[in-house]
Amino acid sequence: MAADGQATSMSDAGILTRIRGLVGDHGQLALDVATLPDDADLYDAGLSSMATVQLMLAIEEAFDLEVPDRLLNRGTFRSLAAIGRVVTELLAATPGR
Amino acid sequence: MSGDLLQELFAGRHLVPSGIDGLYGRGPLFEAVVTRLEAMIDRMVSADGAEVMRFPPGMPRRVLERSGYLKSFPDLAGAIHCFCGDERAHARLLATLEAGGDWTAATTGADIVLTPAACYPVYPAVAAAGPLPPEGRLIDVASWCFRHEPSRDPARLQMFRMREHVRIGTPEQVRHFRDAWMERASGFAAALALPARLDLANDPFFGRGGKLMADSQRDRQLKFELLIPVGSAERPTACMSFNYHQDHFGQAWDIRAAGPGGAGAVAHTACVGFGMERLTLAILRHHGLRPEAWPAPLRTALDWPAA
Repeated sequence: MAADGQATSMSDAGILTRIRGLVGDHGQLALDVATLPDDADLYDAGLSSMATVQLMLAIEEAFDLEVPDRLLNRGTFRSLAAIGRVVTELLAATPGR
Repeated sequence: MSGDLLQELFAGRHLVPSGIDGLYGRGPLFEAVVTRLEAMIDRMVSADGAEVMRFPPGMPRRVLERSGYLKSFPDLAGAIHCFCGDERAHARLLATLEAGGDWTAATTGADIVLTPAACYPVYPAVAAAGPLPPEGRLIDVASWCFRHEPSRDPARLQMFRMREHVRIGTPEQVRHFRDAWMERASGFAAALALPARLDLANDPFFGRGGKLMADSQRDRQLKFELLIPVGSAERPTACMSFNYHQDHFGQAWDIRAAGPGGAGAVAHTACVGFGMERLTLAILRHHGLRPEAWPAPLRTALDWPAA
């Protein structure tokens, strides 16, 4: 992806919207993701550990990034906002995109 | 025992090499310890009222699939493949063999996989019996198990024996079972005069996603192990494990508690496993290869015959 590509220019709100869609597609939640506050606990909402792995793979593909080992933990995926922070951080850390 | 534990066990014919790491025969002392450990466990659990079930070391492929094993441990699974061709295909197989090629390419998957842990066949058997009785069920199971993880660590075998108690019931029944066994295990290790400690643990889930799974398992305190130094003091070996599956197997097999007028809530499950070879290795590693020199309490615990 070029330096002025979509991912780096995407706003925080845009990132969150996209993450919300991915959680809806891959999270297998018991409720409608559209009604979920940004800081709601996704595990309480029914996100299983197996679905977390699927969600991680989907996020990596959608944003063209790789979640490093240090972030492969439950806290990274605890809420839409938490995922958003990690995605924003990882996109900022790879300026060559 | 010190130095290269595996070489020492080979030299004494306690383990018999096969040419494949982690696939060994067992000598007379090794096997006698396994047998007496089994009897010791029998005595320990005799008042528990467990239903005994024994399965062969192969199980239906669908049991592995429906249990979710391939999602978590695809790299450890072993599937049986057989030759199912005609005479022409047989001739090609022999020609391939003669040429040093891979004749196994001519085989196809059978409907049997190798059992990765003794308890896997228990869940479908229990599910088939209908809703659980109010007190739940307690099963005593044992099997040879297979995990594809070749290693020179004698405590990491590819084929080994596992004895388990499996509890199926309400979350309260199942958690109580696991907690009680963790208490009991410390006494078991003490009776064998082995230095042991209990610790939080995780399964070796596959891949990068597996790190997430492991973190989640630890976070929820679902797995504990009884650790005893065997090959190394820094990385002691899990000789027993205490696993709370929550409703994983209950969901997979639709195991239901008894409810008003029929089936009720999805059952929870837990299992406690003894690694028979690992416990045997721990005894040989800590007390030596001469039973006549073992401490008297250990000989008593194992009901070891007088010389």
